[in-house]
Amino acid sequence: MGSSARSESQLAGEAPFKLMGGSYTMMVLRIEDPNDHTFFPLLLDKIAQAPNFFRHAPVVLDVQAIAESGRPFNFAEFGRRLRQHLLIPVGVQNGNDALNQAAISAGMSVLPPGRPAQMADRAREMASAEGTAAREPQAAATEPGSGSLLVTDPVRSGRQLYAHRGDLVIMAPVSHGAELLADGHIHVYGPLRGRALAGVTGDVNARIFCQSLDAELISVAGYWRVREDIDESLIGKPVQIRLEGERLLIERLAP
Amino acid sequence: MSKVVVMTSGKGGVGKTTSSAAFAAGLALRGHKTVVIDFDVGLRNLDLIMGCERRVVYDFVNVINGEAKLNQALIKDKRIDNLSILPTSQTRDKDALTKEGVERVIEELRKDFDYIICDSPAGIEKGALMALYFADEAIIVTNPEVSSVRDSDRILGVLASKSRRAERGEAPVKEHLLLTRYDPARVERGDMLKLEDVLEILSIELIGVIPESQAVLRASNLGQPVILDAESQAGQAYADAVGRFLGEEIEHRFLNTERKGLFQRLFRRTA
Repeated sequence: MGSSARSESQLAGEAPFKLMGGSYTMMVLRIEDPNDHTFFPLLLDKIAQAPNFFRHAPVVLDVQAIAESGRPFNFAEFGRRLRQHLLIPVGVQNGNDALNQAAISAGMSVLPPGRPAQMADRAREMASAEGTAAREPQAAATEPGSGSLLVTDPVRSGRQLYAHRGDLVIMAPVSHGAELLADGHIHVYGPLRGRALAGVTGDVNARIFCQSLDAELISVAGYWRVREDIDESLIGKPVQIRLEGERLLIERLAP
Repeated sequence: MSKVVVMTSGKGGVGKTTSSAAFAAGLALRGHKTVVIDFDVGLRNLDLIMGCERRVVYDFVNVINGEAKLNQALIKDKRIDNLSILPTSQTRDKDALTKEGVERVIEELRKDFDYIICDSPAGIEKGALMALYFADEAIIVTNPEVSSVRDSDRILGVLASKSRRAERGEAPVKEHLLLTRYDPARVERGDMLKLEDVLEILSIELIGVIPESQAVLRASNLGQPVILDAESQAGQAYADAVGRFLGEEIEHRFLNTERKGLFQRLFRRTA
């Protein structure tokens, strides 16, 4: 292939894509006994406890127990059933050569074993947040299926709200001791006094907006800063908070 | 239609029992049949503040356990018609309270009383949850001080999610702020939160500001609700608060330091 095959953007010096590293926290489904007839009924029960958390969630299959048993495993069929429950199998870990090959044939990736993350606690937090969010009389999804939450009542101390797969919009004060979480952006049209964590599933483009910054902790995609480390000149001001590389940038919003 | 009103705060020692006694007495003095219930099982104080500790035979827990009838446990106040007290047990603890038992007692009280005041214990655990669960209205007792305001905020969150009205999706519990132990001089010096600051953080309707007053200690030692001390600022402020609770428009008093003239400064007045 000669230089004539290059596209215009390449000639201008720009590539049409960019390959970057991304870090994600994912659920691991450790399969102990796939032939147990209660497998899927029990899994369905678990999902029903926090349906929003599990909907279209990527999941890594830990097949160590199957590898040790030496039995074959039908990845295609298992994957189909998982997708019926709206879980998306993306890969396998801790398998042997035969299992890995079968997984690849079924369209899944082979992953090195991940670091255990505090998913269990997170799932419980999300479940209780969902419980609270469900009882929030003013919360409403802004579009069907988007998972954004709109809240118009003050968010009291001790309350935790999580906008799964969407943005969290609060049109009321957020008290000290309250916790706001969102996969997307967080907007507070009022004073933000509690904790705000945007992009909790790893979206580095998520931002936090508020009319008056007094937050105890702010975080985007896991990069956090506590109140003590926030410049005094920004306190009480309308700001947007975003991630630039690995640094949180707090910028005053134009009046 | 009788109303269940919980006197709660989150923080301890801010004046829930003092306010429960004053409010209950105030409502009864206005002609409403009122009962005040002590939910602080094991650390009971209401009977002391009401001055009936020497007449307690049966208590709230006895009634819940079916060991006594409600009218055996209810104590009629000697000074005020229309006022009754349901004391609680000192020997047991909050585990003695059950939702079904409390519900039964409250439903029975609804038949005879216009107002049922629930004096909540401090905290956000079982005792406090039981006291607020059946409430139609809530009075959040708060001191103008950061920890008290934080805890009041927390209890507001609990009311919005864990009351029966919240669980059933009914009209929410009506919330009122009662700011107690307010000292305008200390507010001016900057030692104490201003009324406006507390209102900004809690954003609920103000029902009254009760000034710090030596009359409160005197009244509790006498076993008398402070509202009966009509000369004291605290007593008057509680009377105003009861009026506002009943829908009257009453201007807030005792918010500012008195501008003492020279003559008055020579002869210092007590609260």
